[in-house]
Amino acid sequence: MPDTSTPDTTIAEGAYNYAYLDEQTKRMIRRAILKAVAVPGYQVPFGGREMPLPYGWGTGGIQVTAAIIGRDDTLKVIDQGADDTTNAVSIRRFFARVAEVATTTCTEDATVIQTRHRVPETPLKEGQILVFQVPIPEPLRMLEPRETETRTLHALSEYGVMQVSLYESIARHGRISKSYNYPVMVNGRYIMSPSPIPKFDNPKLDRSPALQLYGAGREKRIYAVPPHTPVKSLDFDDHPFEVEHWSECCALCGSKESFLDEMIVDDAGKRLFVCSDTDYCEGRR
Amino acid sequence: MSGELGSSDGALLSARNVTKRFAGRVACRDVSFDLWPGEVLGIVGESGSGKTTLLNCLAGRITPDAGSVAYATASTGTVDVHRLSEARRRLLARTEWGFVNQDAREGLRMGVSAGANIGERLMAVGARHYGDIRGTAADWLARVEIDGDRLDDRPATFSGGMRQRLQIARNLVSGPRLVFMDEPTGGLDVSVQARILDLLRGLVERLHLSAVLVTHDLGVARLLTHRLMVMQGGAVVEEGLTDQVLDDPQHAYTQMLVASILPV
Ligand SMILES: Nc1ncnc2c1ncn2[C@@H]1O[C@H](COP(=O)(O)OP(=O)(O)OP(=O)(O)O)[C@@H](O)[C@H]1O
Ligand SMILES: [Mg+2]
Ligand SMILES: [Zn+2]
Repeated sequence: MPDTSTPDTTIAEGAYNYAYLDEQTKRMIRRAILKAVAVPGYQVPFGGREMPLPYGWGTGGIQVTAAIIGRDDTLKVIDQGADDTTNAVSIRRFFARVAEVATTTCTEDATVIQTRHRVPETPLKEGQILVFQVPIPEPLRMLEPRETETRTLHALSEYGVMQVSLYESIARHGRISKSYNYPVMVNGRYIMSPSPIPKFDNPKLDRSPALQLYGAGREKRIYAVPPHTPVKSLDFDDHPFEVEHWSECCALCGSKESFLDEMIVDDAGKRLFVCSDTDYCEGRR
Repeated sequence: MSGELGSSDGALLSARNVTKRFAGRVACRDVSFDLWPGEVLGIVGESGSGKTTLLNCLAGRITPDAGSVAYATASTGTVDVHRLSEARRRLLARTEWGFVNQDAREGLRMGVSAGANIGERLMAVGARHYGDIRGTAADWLARVEIDGDRLDDRPATFSGGMRQRLQIARNLVSGPRLVFMDEPTGGLDVSVQARILDLLRGLVERLHLSAVLVTHDLGVARLLTHRLMVMQGGAVVEEGLTDQVLDDPQHAYTQMLVASILPV
């Protein structure tokens, strides 16, 4: 993590601290991050502050980014794979202003990538940090509403109930129907929610050379997957984990390997498939 | 002969002076007994006499204020149930033990299918082959006399008796050695009760289960239990072989119980 401990006094706005958060809050968040990195997949509570933003905006991710970013960083922000959505643009501008960082849309050039709903197609490298915005951090929440009980289940690695939900999915649909937020086992110890990324992206989390940080603003939890950590998608021996496949290729760049979004392009309902990762797609054209 | 953990040699479960108070009021007092392998022990008494409290103390679900509960595990010797780590106690509870609640809704996952309910314990100890888990679940559904075509239905669509039978299957699938039951036929129609009692009796015999069964129904006690403890106001007032206690009660309270309910 870059050193950002010195508060900036030169910033024009003056009213804000460097990277928006006050130093005490940053310290608190960094402590949570360090703990999260030390215990891969474990949800660390943190005393985050209220951000002047609605939660859907990704306040958890923003607080994590604010706590780790430094002037030498280059920030990329993606939302559903795109750099140009309102959300992505606003967050990028926010940090360009309060943290004076360079921004980019190019995955390779970024040192910090804040994301919602996707992992870039371009393989990440050592030294990069991927910050996920997480709406619901607890993977067992739908199965077990009591917080004290889910904590116990994690503490004791009692994960039968998670497998029950996969069993149920096969019993109902003939296959594991979960396609987003597909639960993973981190480092053989903690079951983790990878945030609402498509399961297509799950294999990219496994032993990634980049550091993954996950921030949940509403529930004030941070968790992490350090570089090169095993991340396994849960499954059954006779119903192994599989990612989505398309018979089409990207209409713009011809990629057969990337995650495709379906688009209706005219009034007649004509459909096209294009890469959801806009930077990847543009780089191939 | 007394072992160092307050247990008798050869006993499966040994309670010693188990006492539990709620807000200063005694719910169960100074209860001691040994349960032998293959034995079904009944606990009877009127409402509020402390049966459920005692059962929960035995099964490690609540911690007694005094006394101890020793259990002879299948492979790691005798353990003090209340001194085990929570992790080990919970592991024991879902492998070597079963617990059948009076209210099946508390013992089942109402939101998932019968198959998932039965398969949960298997998955909890690492089963990862869907086809095998489903096969075992179907097998157990048949053993508790539920139609195979209900395997993918949720217990919410089951009758009270079917739910109770499903709860039994969900507990027995892991091959427990000891089953705790709290009024397993309470609140069910008499004809439904009879069928479940038959089923339980058959399973207990065939699987050589040991059990502690709480009931206020002396007819149920007569049918299922070998030995009986009679509780009044939190204390055991009489104990003995079931037929003896019911045919020749010694304690005035037992005589009253028997007089008001027998003949079954
Ligand atoms: N959680 C609790 N908090 C306070 N008091 C309790 C609690 N559980 C039980 N008690 C009290 O302890 C006594 C014994 O209750 P218990 O439920 O063990 O009786 P029981 O014999 O199982 O009765 P029933 O046949 O009605 O189920 C009662 O006076 C009851 O009110
Ligand atoms: Mg009771
Ligand atoms: Zn493309």
